[in-house]
Parts: sequence; C-alpha cells; structure tokens
Amino acid sequence: MAAPQKQGFDRHMRRKLINYAFVGLTLAATAVAVIALLLILASLVINGFGGISSTVFTLDQPPPEMPGGLRNAIVGSLEMCGIGMVIAVVIGILAGTWLAEYGDHNKLADVVRFLNDVLLSAPSILIGLFVYELLVVHVIHGFSGLAGAVSLAILATPVVTRTTEDILRLQSNQLREAGMALGAGKGLVIRQIIWRASRSGLMTGALLGFARISGETAPLLFTSLGNPNLSLSLTQPMGSLPAVIFQFALSAYDDWRRLAWVGALLIAITVLSANIIGRALARGSHKQ
Amino acid sequence: MAEAIAATAGEMAPRVDDSRGVSRAGRNDTIFHGLCFSAAMVLMATLVGLIISLIIGGWPALSHFGLKFFVSSEWNPVTDEYGAAGPIVGTLVTALLAMMMALPLAVGIAVFLVEFCPKSIANTVAAAVELLAGIPSIVYGMWGLFVLAPWFSQHVQMPLLMSLDPESFWGRLLTGVPNGANIFTASLILAVMILPFIATVFRELLLTVPTYVREAAYGMGCTPFEVVRAIMLPYVQRSAIGAVMLGLGRALGETMAVTFIIGNSHAMPHSLFDSGSTIASTIANEFTEATGDLHISALIALGLVLFIITFAALAAARLLLGKEKY
Repeated sequence: MAAPQKQGFDRHMRRKLINYAFVGLTLAATAVAVIALLLILASLVINGFGGISSTVFTLDQPPPEMPGGLRNAIVGSLEMCGIGMVIAVVIGILAGTWLAEYGDHNKLADVVRFLNDVLLSAPSILIGLFVYELLVVHVIHGFSGLAGAVSLAILATPVVTRTTEDILRLQSNQLREAGMALGAGKGLVIRQIIWRASRSGLMTGALLGFARISGETAPLLFTSLGNPNLSLSLTQPMGSLPAVIFQFALSAYDDWRRLAWVGALLIAITVLSANIIGRALARGSHKQ
Repeated sequence: MAEAIAATAGEMAPRVDDSRGVSRAGRNDTIFHGLCFSAAMVLMATLVGLIISLIIGGWPALSHFGLKFFVSSEWNPVTDEYGAAGPIVGTLVTALLAMMMALPLAVGIAVFLVEFCPKSIANTVAAAVELLAGIPSIVYGMWGLFVLAPWFSQHVQMPLLMSLDPESFWGRLLTGVPNGANIFTASLILAVMILPFIATVFRELLLTVPTYVREAAYGMGCTPFEVVRAIMLPYVQRSAIGAVMLGLGRALGETMAVTFIIGNSHAMPHSLFDSGSTIASTIANEFTEATGDLHISALIALGLVLFIITFAALAAARLLLGKEKY
C-alpha cells in the first residue's frame, strides 16, 4: 500500500520540478533578449554620447586626424529619406487603398498582394543592385542621390502598402454605407471618410516605413555611394549617415571610429523613436 | 485595361456600385480608381523589374562559368575566376546556425510572455523584445565588431585554443584565427537580430490557442509545462514552421551586420571559427570596387541566387502560415 503511494508522490514531485525548471528556462530566455537589448543600448550610449557636440552638426566629415562632424551625412540622409518617404507614401497609400477597397474578388489583387510580400522580405542589398542597374548604369550614368532616394522608396513602399491595406480593412462598412447614402461616389467616400478615419493608422505605416529605411546601409553603398562634401544635388553622389558609419567604423583612425559611434547613436535614436511612436499610434487607433 | 478591371471590380464588389455616370463626381471617381490601380501596378512592375534586371545582369557570369559557378570555391578577381560555393555555403550555414540558436530562445520568450509573465508587465517586456527588431543592422554590426568580437576572442577563442588538442574533433571544429571575426560570431549576431521576429510571431500564434482547450488540460491536472508541451505547441506546429522560415529569410539576406564581423574570406570555411563570407557581404564589400564586367556580373549572379533562396523561404513561410499572416 505504501509503495504505490510513495511512487505517486515521487512522480508528482518530479512533474513539479520539471515544471519549475521549464518556467525558469523560459524566464532565462526572456532575460537573454532583454539583456542583449540593454547591452547594445548601453555600448551605444557609452561610446557615442560623449562625442555629441555642436560640431557634429556643423562640420562635414573630416579627413583622418582632423576635427570634423557629420553634417554632410546627416543632410544627405535626411534628403534621401525625405524624398524616398514622399514617393513611398504616395504609391504605398494608393496601392494599399486599391487592394483594400477595389481588390475584393480580384485575382490580380491577390497577385499584387503576394508580390508586395515578396518585395517586403527581399534583402535590401538586392534592391540596391536593381537600382544600380536601372538608374546608375542606364538613366543617370553615375552614382547619385536620386538613385539612393529611389532605392529607399522601394524599401519603404511595401511597408506602407501593407499597413494601409490592413488599416482600411478595419474600418466598418457602415461608414462607407453612410457616405454612399449621402450620395457621395466611392472615391469621395474613400478620400473624405475612410482616409480621415484611418489617419493615425496611415501615420503608423509611414513611420514604420521610415524606421525601416533610415538605418538602411546596403542599398546606399552602390546607389548614392557617398560624398565627403555637403551636396544637395540629386544628380551627384550624396553622403549618408549609414554609409559614413560603415566607412569610419572599419577604418584604423580613432577619431573616425568615435564619429561612427556618434552616427550609430543618432541613427538608433531616430529609428527607435519612429518605431515607438508608430506602435503607440497603432495601439491608440485599436482602442477607439 | 484599367477601365475593364474597374468595371469588373465595380460589378463584383459587394459594398458599392461604382457610379458610371458622366457627372463630374463620377469622372473624379474613375480618375481616383485609376490612380490607385496604377500605384499597385507600379509596385508589381518594380518586383518584375528587379527579377529581370538580376537575370540580365547575372547572365554573362552564369553562362560563362555554368555549373562551375555553384561548385567551385575559387573567387579570384585578379584571374577573373568566380566560383561562388564559399559565399553560398556561408550564407546557408550562418542562417541555419542563427536559427538553431534563436529558435529555442524565441519559443521560451513566447511561452513566458503568454503563460507565465504577470499580465501587468507582459506588454512592456514584449515591447522591449520588439525593440531589438528596430535596431538598425549597421548598429548590430558595430556592436559585433567593437564589443562582441574582442570579448569572444579573449574569453572564448583563446582559452579554447590553449586547451583543445588541435587534432581532435572539437579542435578541428573550433580552430581559427582568434580575432573574434568568424562564422560563429556572425551567426550569434544574426540570432539576436532574428530572435524578436520569431518570438513575436510565436507569441501571436500561442495566443490563438483557444482558452477552453488549455483550461481542459489544466482541469485534468496538467502542470503548465505539460500544457505547453502537449497542447499548445502541437496546436501551433504548422504555423510555427512558417514563422521559422520567415526568420530564416531574414537571416539569409542580412547584409551589414554580417559584413562587419564574418571576416570576409571567400574560401570554403573549414571550421566554426573560420572566417567566411555570405552572398550579401560579398556584394556589399566588392560591388563598388569591381571594375571587370565579369566581376560585376558574377556579383549580380550571386544576388540572383540570394533572391531565389530567400524567395523559397518566403514561399514556404506563406504556405505554412496561411495567407493572412505576414
């Protein structure tokens, strides 16, 4: 009588112990991720924060062993990201609208949706190769800021398209029917009612797209190339923050490396805040 | 074409009937529809153009070397010999290693967040994990080069170098220049980068397990571990493989972080701590410096190979996850 009872008790204990070990392991896994995040952020702040000064924003990138800043790279990044975002938002919102509002029961829309997903997950360096062959080799004949902006636009567009479609589908049909009942045509309903109701969601899409491209390096390496001097011309090579970081970090000069850390910190702050604001907006619009 | 599709869409859409009148509003509607439609077509044309340009650009190298392009590991711009076996193997090995490291962690994180974490902090922890996905890859690269690699060389590679017999199995697997820039550290960085993606998808999958199924299992006296192992994981199995493929796709195409830390040698890697290269890192390193037509073409052909590999991973992910997920 005692033996089976003891056995049952042992088994119970063993199950409990395995369970505790399992809970501990899952906790450890989560801790690893959080610690990795903290380690990366900490080394960014430690190595980059001390280098931030006004000269970073007022001087261009220096030759080795000379004082300098990142002005040309920051301006170039802003200009290319800005142009890229304008293209991406216009095409992405229109394409997402077509998929959500006109694309029901339409084979072509399924194809576009699939291709958008392929484009979304295509490695960014391939986008760079494509723009290189299209613009650098054939249209503009040389590296240029425009080529950089276009490759960033191609990276951001699928993100905007996807969020736009998702957000528009969340709007209830009653809204559409109410607009129709007032005699508005479909296009008018979409522009005046559906887009307005989804405003914060559309913003989220744009911010997530911006977060994706503002840290992108690979496609810029052989589209905009880089430019040690401040240049606003879209037909000339243009400096960008990620490309300068890449060049400076792999160099042997200490002050170049310091500037690379400053640049990395600036980019990380930009991207992370775009991500956080975008997600907060998305949560806000879900609650409504 | 646009008009024809507009007409069919109008007839079939359940919500509304497109006004086909000749009024100004009706004309505006048609213009707007046309604009939306052309934006979608621009998107489609971009991807088609991407594929065509990779094929055209890579064709000279592919036709020149034929099958040798995939099996030879001699990559020499000086003699104009390009065999891509090294980068292709490097790409697959780093992505698989990264997946092996990231997957158990990702499952652990997802299970912890869904089952064990106090509800009040679950969203904060989840957001922190997602922030990892937001860090740009060049920052990962710098961190790998300046923080991880020196630490790894000093605290892992050197002691191993001292203590392992170079002829033994482990000795051969773990030999290499102790500078911390190798296949293994590249995979480690990749693992951290894809971890948040897999963990997030996994968490959403686990949240789809119906509460009554879990409660039934608890009602039978199962421990939480048994509920997770016997009920929840089998429930999401199929979609979970999709999530894995999704993460694999990201690891395969990642460029900057890997370029910083893999050591960039085109030879076939012989051990875990050997320097190597991936397709993306090779293109990033050499493209702007390539002068020979065949060299450029070989790099674009590599890009085509990368596109095919990542496309296969994405297609598999979509098949397994179903249409609506990612």
